[in-house]
Amino acid sequence: MNKTLRRLTTIVMVMFLALMVSTTWIQFVEAESLNNNGRNSRRLFREFNVHRGPILAGDVTLAESVPVDSAFGFQRVFSGGDATQANIFAPVTGFFSIANGSSQLENTENDWLSGQANALWTERLEDLFTGQEVVGSSVETTINPAVQQAAWDALDGQRGSIVAVEPATGRILAMVDFPSYDPNELAPLSLSQASQRFQELAATEGNPMLNQSIGQLWPPGSAFKMIPAAAALESGYVQNADVLLPAPHRYLLPGTSTEVRNFGDAHCSPDGMQSIHDAMIISCNTLFMEMSVDMGADVIAQQARRFGFDDPFRVPMRSAISSFPNPSDLYPARLALAGIGQGDVTATPLQMAMVSAAIGNHGVLMQPYLVETIRNPDLDIVFQGQPHRLRQAVSESTAGVLRDMLVDAVSSPRATGRGAIISGVQVAGKTGTAESAPGRPPHAWFTAFAPADNPQVAVAVLIHEGGRQQGGVTGGALAAPVARQVIQAVLNR
Amino acid sequence: MSTSTSTNFLAEFDDSPRFRHPTRIGELLLLLLALTASIGAFAMVGQATQGHLPDEFWVEAASMAGIALLLHIVIRLRAPWADQTLMPAVVLLNGVGLAMIQRIEIARPTGGADVIRNTQWTAISVLLACLVMFFLRDHRILRRFTYTSMIVGLALLMSPMIPGVGREINGARIWINIAGFSLQPGEFAKLFLAIFFAGYFYANRDTLALAGPKILGLQLPRLRDLGPIIIVWAAAIAVLVMQSDMGMSLLLFGMFVAMLWLATQRSSWVLLGVVMAGVGGYGAVTAFPHVARRFDVWLDAMNSAVIDRVGGSGQLVSGMFSLAGGGLFGTGWGQGHPYLTPLSFSDFIYTSIGEELGLTGMLAILVIFLIVIERGLRTAILVRDGFGKLLAGGLSFMLAIQVFTIIGGVTRLIPLTGLVTPFMAQGGTAMMSNWILVAFLLIISNAARQPSSTTGLGQIAIDDGFAAVKEPAAEAIPVGRSADDAARVLATPPPLDPRDATHIINLDLPPTAPPPPPRRTSRKADAS
Repeated sequence: MNKTLRRLTTIVMVMFLALMVSTTWIQFVEAESLNNNGRNSRRLFREFNVHRGPILAGDVTLAESVPVDSAFGFQRVFSGGDATQANIFAPVTGFFSIANGSSQLENTENDWLSGQANALWTERLEDLFTGQEVVGSSVETTINPAVQQAAWDALDGQRGSIVAVEPATGRILAMVDFPSYDPNELAPLSLSQASQRFQELAATEGNPMLNQSIGQLWPPGSAFKMIPAAAALESGYVQNADVLLPAPHRYLLPGTSTEVRNFGDAHCSPDGMQSIHDAMIISCNTLFMEMSVDMGADVIAQQARRFGFDDPFRVPMRSAISSFPNPSDLYPARLALAGIGQGDVTATPLQMAMVSAAIGNHGVLMQPYLVETIRNPDLDIVFQGQPHRLRQAVSESTAGVLRDMLVDAVSSPRATGRGAIISGVQVAGKTGTAESAPGRPPHAWFTAFAPADNPQVAVAVLIHEGGRQQGGVTGGALAAPVARQVIQAVLNR
Repeated sequence: MSTSTSTNFLAEFDDSPRFRHPTRIGELLLLLLALTASIGAFAMVGQATQGHLPDEFWVEAASMAGIALLLHIVIRLRAPWADQTLMPAVVLLNGVGLAMIQRIEIARPTGGADVIRNTQWTAISVLLACLVMFFLRDHRILRRFTYTSMIVGLALLMSPMIPGVGREINGARIWINIAGFSLQPGEFAKLFLAIFFAGYFYANRDTLALAGPKILGLQLPRLRDLGPIIIVWAAAIAVLVMQSDMGMSLLLFGMFVAMLWLATQRSSWVLLGVVMAGVGGYGAVTAFPHVARRFDVWLDAMNSAVIDRVGGSGQLVSGMFSLAGGGLFGTGWGQGHPYLTPLSFSDFIYTSIGEELGLTGMLAILVIFLIVIERGLRTAILVRDGFGKLLAGGLSFMLAIQVFTIIGGVTRLIPLTGLVTPFMAQGGTAMMSNWILVAFLLIISNAARQPSSTTGLGQIAIDDGFAAVKEPAAEAIPVGRSADDAARVLATPPPLDPRDATHIINLDLPPTAPPPPPRRTSRKADAS
């Protein structure tokens, strides 16, 4: 019987060997594919059950992870749970949701926030051996909370966007959108709750989760005139801003029977001739149309590109690509419209702020950025945002000419941008009133930098479809005062 | 060998140090290790999930330590020669199981995991095991109850089918309600049937093996010898069909075939048994949709449609996610998400532990199970009486089948059946029956390792005779008698009273040549 017992022992050994193989198969060989299986909710836990680092603006905490008694272990809380504050900062932080992933900084900085960035591998190794939980790094933004708040207040519940940057560095000081949303509502640790709210928001007109200041394209209208003006000066089309150019009462679009008028059908000048400088002050359409057609699409397209058109900014969120149409597609009528920022020209508010910033910064376009420093849990700096010069958008002398032009476009008696005048501060800015859909009120733009000789801030304000004003909407009337409040907030800080 | 060596040999027994039983320090040290691991696991579970020791920590730690100490003392008193690794290994498995149940209960307080209740069950089980060890001095007494065991075993097996008493849970009708307690009588039935198989096969091994017609070169038993076997085989099928309990059916059948093989040495019958099981299994798959679904779930587990189906592979896949989540080293106690799998504290406790202890931990657990079973089989090899061999072999293999079926099921090696992971899964009846099984093994192990006194010599002699006849060799059958005569003679159960045994042995002892030392005899005979 013992022989059979020994054989039975062998059989038992084989049975256990099979169990060891099947266990190894699942826990080692197939583990990765099982771990990444779409049905495996541990994926969510892995991503969400980490002590995520906070997002900060100055000494204000925009987002943080709070330990909770849940399978996920942590609850993401935005602005301490204050719904209004969370709305104000939502375009910066984005959301972090078990149902819908993440957006904005929560998305782009995820590796840092979750402690999984490659640069943090020594910390992770340390945590592995000390058995400590991995804690994410904190992301300190360039946002100035006071400016952000002022921008929100200035927008005052009108649909639109505001971007404020520091011209010399590219730091983004404020980025505000209205309508916004409360990311806390997308953060519940319940799939159904979070996804239901997401569906509701996504179905809302103008999707508040979009971050329109960098994510949405709009016709820039007259605010775009800075670019043909710069092109004319840079290309030598005019020797200086005082050269007189044709500025007819009305402009017949070449090859069509459509006449384009100035705002209020006004005459730009009594004799039909005007300098770029004066045309900028009163935002004369006809001069810019005729000049653009005469100058050619290539020159303007090239200048637009130097200011950042046709290329996304990564702040680090990727901005929508502001575009000036392909010159070969621009027959004269379309080129004429493009010259005044209509037709096929589109831009993000960030792009328009960057045009102002480059002019204010002696023609140098800086890379806009949102992340100032990233610190690991031991408060060591693991990433430091550095000002990065993108390119010389216009020569320093052209920048100076444009600056003088834009200062007058705010301060001279006939200027369109008088709404932005701040006593004791030279503001350089340009209004824009962009036609939207037929029958709808226009979009109001204003982009400016101040103080003009040594700008601390460049700002772009866009108010959609006339805001709450019903008639007589212009960038000067509607957007310039908003920009003024933002500039004041920066200068009085 | 001369008579003088014989005298010396016997005299040696009286004052040899071998007569003093082992100090059992090894067991105590292993027990300390097992307790450290289990109580450490309780602590880590609490620290990781709640940041402090779990509320039940001291109760559990004290229970585990008390249980271990009690077992150690009772073994010292009643089975001092018993194997020293068996009990600590089982205590460790039990402790790790409790820690995981605790961990699941913390995560899902109302999910069904109940560590206090299971600690109580463990304590009751260990008490029962101690009582068995205390009152059952010699496993051979069990032989008296061969047929009683069959009747009790079958009655227990069928009891859930009695209307009013039986209850159906999760589609399997394997429960009875007695005084407010839900019991799985099948868990006890398996012990009784093991005793029956051991007694019956031991008594009838030769008639079964030799006294039947030969068909197609296959020696078959006589019909009348087959009767009880067919009854049990039918019972196993009935359990499968009427109670939807594939696991128990597989367990009974596997144990039955293994013990038949051990008793008769007929490998061809094992083949026959496997073929019968295959035919039965195929019949079940085609005839019963619920069995067919099990196969679907097994073969096509990752198919979305199968996962989403009610009674589909969702749970199985969830268990695999759990195991995969553990990877090589596991998440650590309390740091995974094993509770996401339904029944993570009972049927799927293996995957739960796998998630937190990782592949390394699971290989260790499998090795500990293997140690328990191997010690049981070793006991069977060492013990000197054939009934003990069959019983220890059968019980050990029964443990092996349980472990293989459930762990093979959750790791998708074989179709999943509802068997209990011994000593680990939550459940009172299985805990009790498996601890009693361990008590039986300890008792047999004590008999096996105890150096022979006169009683011991008797055992040797019986084993000698048994070892000689078990190989169906000519020498075993007295010359001039027919096979039937031989069968009749051999079928007569040997006397059970040790004193009688002594008597017989004394008769059997060759007048001049004394038996060689006990263990060696048994092995030599076996190897011949």
